Amino acid sequence: MPKDSGIGASSKRREDVRFLTGAGNYTDDINVRGQAYVYFLRSDIAHGRINSVDTSTAEGMPGVVRVFTGKDFEGVGGMPCGWEVTDKHGAPMQEPPHPILAQGKVRHVGDPIVAVVADSLEQARDAAEAIDLDIEELPAVIDMKSAAQEGATLVHDDLKNNICYDWQLGEADDAKVNDVFANAAHVTTLDLVNNRLVANPMEPRVAVAEYSRGTDEYTLYTTSQNPHVIRLLMCAFVLGLPEHKVRVVAPDVGGGFGTKIFHYAEEAFCTFAAKACNRPVKWTASRSEAFMSDAQGRDHVSTIELALDADNNFIGLRTNTYANLGAYLSTFSSSVPTWLHGTLMAGNYKTPVIQVNVKAMFTNTVPVDAYRGAGRPEATFQLERVIDKAARELGVDPIALRRQNFVTQFPYDTPVALTYDTGDYNGTMDKLEAAADLAGFAARRAQSEAKGKLRGLGVNCYIEACGIAPSNIVGMLGARAGLYDAATVRVNATGSISVMVGAHSHGQGHETAFPQVVADMIGIDESMVEIVHGDTSKIPFGMGTYGSRSLAVCGSAMVKATEKVIDKAKKIAAHLLEASEADIELKDGQFSVAGTDKSVAWGDVTLTAYVPHNYPLEVEPGLEETAFYDPANFTFPAGAYACEVEVDPDTGQVTIEKFTAADDFGNIVNPMIVDGQVHGGIGQGIGQALLENCAYDENGQLLSASFMDYAMPRADDVPFYGVDHSSQTPCTHNPLGVKGCGEAGAIGSPPAVVNAVLDALNSGGRAVDHIDMPMSPSRVWTAMHG
Amino acid sequence: MELSDSRVIAAPRSKVWDALLSAEVLKECVPGCQEMTGSVDDGFEATVVQKVGPVKATFKGAVTLSDIVTLESVKLSGEGKGGAAGFAKGAADVSLSDVPEGTLLTYIVDARVGGKLAQLGSRVIDGVARKMADRFFENFQNAVEPEKTPDPETSDQVQAEPSAEGEGGEAKKGWFKRVLGG
Repeated sequence: MPKDSGIGASSKRREDVRFLTGAGNYTDDINVRGQAYVYFLRSDIAHGRINSVDTSTAEGMPGVVRVFTGKDFEGVGGMPCGWEVTDKHGAPMQEPPHPILAQGKVRHVGDPIVAVVADSLEQARDAAEAIDLDIEELPAVIDMKSAAQEGATLVHDDLKNNICYDWQLGEADDAKVNDVFANAAHVTTLDLVNNRLVANPMEPRVAVAEYSRGTDEYTLYTTSQNPHVIRLLMCAFVLGLPEHKVRVVAPDVGGGFGTKIFHYAEEAFCTFAAKACNRPVKWTASRSEAFMSDAQGRDHVSTIELALDADNNFIGLRTNTYANLGAYLSTFSSSVPTWLHGTLMAGNYKTPVIQVNVKAMFTNTVPVDAYRGAGRPEATFQLERVIDKAARELGVDPIALRRQNFVTQFPYDTPVALTYDTGDYNGTMDKLEAAADLAGFAARRAQSEAKGKLRGLGVNCYIEACGIAPSNIVGMLGARAGLYDAATVRVNATGSISVMVGAHSHGQGHETAFPQVVADMIGIDESMVEIVHGDTSKIPFGMGTYGSRSLAVCGSAMVKATEKVIDKAKKIAAHLLEASEADIELKDGQFSVAGTDKSVAWGDVTLTAYVPHNYPLEVEPGLEETAFYDPANFTFPAGAYACEVEVDPDTGQVTIEKFTAADDFGNIVNPMIVDGQVHGGIGQGIGQALLENCAYDENGQLLSASFMDYAMPRADDVPFYGVDHSSQTPCTHNPLGVKGCGEAGAIGSPPAVVNAVLDALNSGGRAVDHIDMPMSPSRVWTAMHG
Repeated sequence: MELSDSRVIAAPRSKVWDALLSAEVLKECVPGCQEMTGSVDDGFEATVVQKVGPVKATFKGAVTLSDIVTLESVKLSGEGKGGAAGFAKGAADVSLSDVPEGTLLTYIVDARVGGKLAQLGSRVIDGVARKMADRFFENFQNAVEPEKTPDPETSDQVQAEPSAEGEGGEAKKGWFKRVLGG
């Protein structure tokens, strides 16, 4: 029986009222009196040496306040990287400087060179046209494998080569790995590309900064998933400002998908320029700028090998990946191909020997960083594709092959550094088989064939490490930050509650789901609870929203703080009821004395806390508690996905006919929001599989820099999804037993789509064993006829 | 991108060669050329208005002539900066030889674009470059060949896109034929 309120209820998203009625307050809606506008003159070549920048004409143009170049930032820190990866030889990664405005060289199309601040944006743009740049074009470093060669052109002249790090995880003894493969009954090898993507949140990035001479205080409004992280990085590493003088506000944010985690040069620039110009400074990215300045995603080129014994048990796995970092290290870029990718290569399977090798490359392209899933989609794609190919080569059922190799005993220590606390992969697969009606597939295939189409079924599993993560572990792995979170529960005198949370909501529905938890714990109406987020001056601290961590980590902090509030309220209730605190029970918003009919309402207790006339002397007045929560482990959502496609054999056109997701997210607070998160993730996964591709030519020109050339999935590209999350093994170490659901869809869906297309082609007698994403009609048709 | 073609011009090689090295002729022949000044030795300065896909811009740049083998071959290289629209670069290796009908002009063009032109116009750039090269050599042929009746198809194109064509047309053609004594 579905609940109608509290944990487990599909409460309607309260924030949607303002989003859908045009009442949202986004960063671009914020205009500060007297603000000037900045236009960034960006490189239109991928790689070049800056000989001179002549801004003299521009400086005299109408409305120009000031023109900034790289020279203005010589005494200022560069953009920091938040994760130091140690390579397989024990050396730290190569970490080149990343100036706010280019110094010496430009390194990608879109690299900002000059910033013009003027009274209006139009004046700033006009002045930028009058700037004379003398830049000597250098050969562009684009292809990762060429970039790794001795003697390749260097993206950063001060580094010894273009390899940021050569990293390894798992079995370090090559001889042992070779031995496993030499003695295998069967080895399946697959070369594949995880295509580069552009996140394209609906709202482009914006920054508005103001500075008060009177108080020496700065305020930065910015499109961020984590305002405290931006404040910390900008104050401590870039501009050298005291944190207590800087307020960072991330108001309504129109989608992030990872690309708004990072600290960007433009927001540091606006903060710097607000003081330098003694005027508020605003920047709003155009869509074209977003394409060439938002951190991009994925872009791995991999070879994966799977070794099986004579009984089809997985006995060894080896991967070699080139991971593109782009021209500079974005904030968390270094962690994505390593600790968020290599650690997931075990997948849902008990493969005993795994070796992951990753070379991370600098190239003359836009920096690459976390994008929905961040490393885990790349891992899942390789693993689930090679398993599918192995099943085809061996002539066995791909589901049976997976089931045979599932991890079934928990906790399970993988050979790649993780401990899965719980899961039920067979149970989840059972749910998928039922929800997707896999038994009926043969009949559906026959129907498709009757109308001349090829129909394919692709099934795969995924596992992700979410709720990132225990600070002591990520610290050992190189993170330069802790990954706890915080919440303050502030109970007002009349009993309503404001919860200040470190997680930031930019589409995830926190404003609805978080109050469901607090209201459920106390037994009051959800409408009495509201969350406050996105403003460093209002919330205690927060590491922000990414890695499907909000509810698992920040939600846990909120539970802890609410427990403290309830404990204190019980003391007050005990005093009012003249009973022992141990006998007080809280249910449905009433404190009662166990075994009696004596009770006092929540609102009476909260009022007493603020009007403490009749009050226990040993208890402080007021009712507000803060908790920080650092989890004991990652959480491990896992699932099984099934995709059915039709392929038109004449054109190579693929249509998704049916998509079913069975996910184990542990306990669920709001099933409707979870469904929505899965829908969105699958939509992005289908986009990656069929449509999206960020392309550069050999000179490093960005060719897909508008929605004419970068194909986002549209409503008619995706089916109605079936989502089943009734397989639930609660997380064993957080108080809610939740695991996180934000990224699952984007992680689990690309291999399902590719597996389905290949199944369709093979069913039509075409022995095709791989097609790179995006599987455009041209690629599919070529594979069929190649 | 690279493209190559050839065409036969009904004029003696010396006349074709002189035309190739003439700023006036180049100005009339480069599609969208608004201004062209300079000389063979110093190079030419040009202003060209062009539209590539959705991007229309005024390109200012230099055209240099190199690898000159008199009456045989020449390389025309150009780079134009279009401000916010990005840039275009190109080179044409042109060679001449005698054929019974007059002169065979062969060209290999290598062109590339950058910035917004590449970002928004990459799908159409090959077609645009091919069209521009064809237009150039067609204009050139018309300029050099004596008493050729106008090709109705070309005239239509000129009228369809006057802004990209500059002030082409009959009156001008007559003018530079006089310059060349044609």
